[in-house]
Amino acid sequence: MATDTATTVHDDGHEHAPSFIDRWFFGTNHKDIGTLYLLFSLAMFLIGGAMAMIIRAELFMPGMQIVNPEFFNQMTTMHALVMIFGAVMPAFVGLANWMLPLMIGAPDMALPRLNNLSFWILPFAFLIMLSTLFMEGGGPAGGWTLYPPLSLQQGNSMAFVIFAIHMMGLSSIMGAINIIATVLNMRAPGMDLLKMPIFPWTWLITAFLLIGVMPVLAGAITMLLTDKFFLTSFFNAAGGGDPVMYQHIFWFFGHPEVYIMILPAFGVVSEIIPTFSRKPLFGYQAMVYATASIAFLSFIVWAHHMFTVGMPLGGELFFMYATMLIAVPTGVKVFNWVSTMWQGSLTFETPMLFAIGFVVMFTIGGFSGLMLAIVPADYQYHDTYFVVAHFHYVLVTGSVFALMAGAYYWLPKWTGYMYNETLGKWHFWLSTIFVNLLFFPQHFLGLAGMPRRIPDYNIAFSDFNMISSIGGFGFGLAQLLFVYVVWSCARGRSGIKVGDRVWEGARGLEWTVPSPAPHHTFTTPPKFDDRDLAHGDVSH
Amino acid sequence: MANPAPDPGIYYVPHSSKWPLVGSIGLFLMLAGFANLMNGNKTLGMPMTFAGIAVILVMFWGWFRNVISESVRGLYNRQVDFSFRMGMIWFIFSEIMFFAAFFGALFYARVLSVPWLGGIGDGELTNIYIWSGFEAAWPTSGPEQVGGEYGLIGAWGIPLLNTMLLLASGVTLTIAHHALKAGQRTQVLIWLGATIALGAIFLYFQMYEYVHAYRDLNLTLGSGVYGSTFFMLTGFHGVHVTLGTIMLIVIWFRCLKGHFSKDDHFGFEAVAWYWHFVDVVWLILFIFVYVL
Ligand SMILES: [Cu+2]
Repeated sequence: MATDTATTVHDDGHEHAPSFIDRWFFGTNHKDIGTLYLLFSLAMFLIGGAMAMIIRAELFMPGMQIVNPEFFNQMTTMHALVMIFGAVMPAFVGLANWMLPLMIGAPDMALPRLNNLSFWILPFAFLIMLSTLFMEGGGPAGGWTLYPPLSLQQGNSMAFVIFAIHMMGLSSIMGAINIIATVLNMRAPGMDLLKMPIFPWTWLITAFLLIGVMPVLAGAITMLLTDKFFLTSFFNAAGGGDPVMYQHIFWFFGHPEVYIMILPAFGVVSEIIPTFSRKPLFGYQAMVYATASIAFLSFIVWAHHMFTVGMPLGGELFFMYATMLIAVPTGVKVFNWVSTMWQGSLTFETPMLFAIGFVVMFTIGGFSGLMLAIVPADYQYHDTYFVVAHFHYVLVTGSVFALMAGAYYWLPKWTGYMYNETLGKWHFWLSTIFVNLLFFPQHFLGLAGMPRRIPDYNIAFSDFNMISSIGGFGFGLAQLLFVYVVWSCARGRSGIKVGDRVWEGARGLEWTVPSPAPHHTFTTPPKFDDRDLAHGDVSH
Repeated sequence: MANPAPDPGIYYVPHSSKWPLVGSIGLFLMLAGFANLMNGNKTLGMPMTFAGIAVILVMFWGWFRNVISESVRGLYNRQVDFSFRMGMIWFIFSEIMFFAAFFGALFYARVLSVPWLGGIGDGELTNIYIWSGFEAAWPTSGPEQVGGEYGLIGAWGIPLLNTMLLLASGVTLTIAHHALKAGQRTQVLIWLGATIALGAIFLYFQMYEYVHAYRDLNLTLGSGVYGSTFFMLTGFHGVHVTLGTIMLIVIWFRCLKGHFSKDDHFGFEAVAWYWHFVDVVWLILFIFVYVL
């Protein structure tokens, strides 16, 4: 073994560029795998989006218009599964792959081959899941939560969907293990945990959530599988089981899952706001502790999804108060983002616009979440469009907006070219206007009593549904603009080459390497000054 | 490894490998094939499942052979060693959470849902209107006695014996580890061999018990919620013991080939951790499934 310090052992025995197959199929490079993850999630975002378009087209007017009810239910189910497991989660893993090693000064992820395995499982998992749409009986139609007994009564798709979710879970667990090993083991010398940038922090905590709950989901769907095919009675009251038990096990996964999709978004936004405010992140340590508190609380609130299912009163009260507690650390975060901007020297490039949009609209979703947390109120809201409006505010204007912000923020670092700022701003404003047109009226629909997951509705709901559908089509079309901006940036169509530090207010190790980031970075551990970090000098 | 702190001077990035993609394809074939089998499509399901299993076995063989040869060539540094350790620890943690789901189902059924069916607490009306006459008890196959009458497996026969076997295997494995650290290879092989034997005997008794349950007691996976939790918990545990035993056998051959040195034997330690994890799961299982 080499004994001189400051070298990287690249065990490939050659320095020439790897072949296409070697690079994209057998690769170990975190940037390539990150790119694969991001492209995959973009494709899934478009597929899941197309399903949403079908849903909104059917709901444009009352009465049955375009698809039959069975297919409509398959669309709502598949839209959720594709967006959650195919679009949002892999997109954040893609960002983690690209940015974590750059931010902590590591040459790659800790377990690069495992990394490639985590990615390559996903296309096969979605091949299985999407193929059910073409099977006899169609795809799963009982909602993405797969509640028994309904989910056990559908056609051939069930076994395929369960195994596909097993594969996605396996991929997530291995990805999470990799991220934990990377963050705990690969940081540049001198980068203590409490000096680490906030995005790796949020991902570290997210990774623990993933390892904690993905196996529980695997257990829950395994029980579904054995109930359907191997005579067990986990969810069958006649045999002493309980369908509600499935809901408990599922939501023990399901609630942390929503934080799995939002904590990395917090991290992205916490990187972007300081850059365009030209100030260090306000309350860095409070941000870290708030993230950890949210993660802890996420394990003890799951039954707020089940208030109407018939739980003992003590249970309802416990889960109501525990859920409301989450507003405290989340409030700390929103306060810190606003305080970071306070008296800052603000500019409004596209990443910043998306980040500010995130803060405002995620907070709206947070407030409707608080409303849903109140047990007696939830009796009214449960399973209505109010819930749909709530979780789309936190997932679309929350997670997806943060992903867009991150994509614009780091695209120049990835490609070496500036994206088209004018089109970026158009993308932001079109998305923001249409997404509110799409989801805000759904609050009113829900409060008025329109149930979710129905293809037809009372004519009293017509106007708001039509507005919502128009918003949906507009939002969908606006995302094609995003695809164009990414493509043209990657092709260098703007012609504007960027330097190492793409944004003049940006701090952190990722801005010390060239743009585009070379195939291998930090082959020797970097030295850095605490003042170079995005959250300022935290050495006190 | 005496000091697992990362060696900050040298980074190691492994070369590209075809095994991750091969593994994904194997997983795809196996699970898609299995799903076809479940839906009764044997013509497609059988070949896919077996091809998938074969591809996965080849993947494990090739991937580990690759890693072992790199390890033997001394390419790995302390940082890599630490990453492997983290990987194994958190993999075991994820396995614990998988078992937790099934233990959660067991506790939920015993403590909450079965008493509710029997009219205790909030379940009074459910019991009167739907399951009148059902009295909560454990074990149960539910108000409709799904699966018919069944007998029980007592805790103090084979299960107690199996507990002793696994506890003993934990001891023999630790002795083997100490011998490895002392550099006594023959001792390692003997005690590791004893561990494998104990694992195999455990599996034999477990199989014997299953046959007895199915044939003589009519206790099956279909015996209501008791049969479900009993067989799923002991079954998944048995699968893990099987995997652990295979891993121990691989490690035994690696010891024979002299792959491990006194202070560098992560492969051995990883398998030992896994075996202890399987041990602990059994203890919890013995208490909550058999004794209580
Ligand atoms: Cu929740």
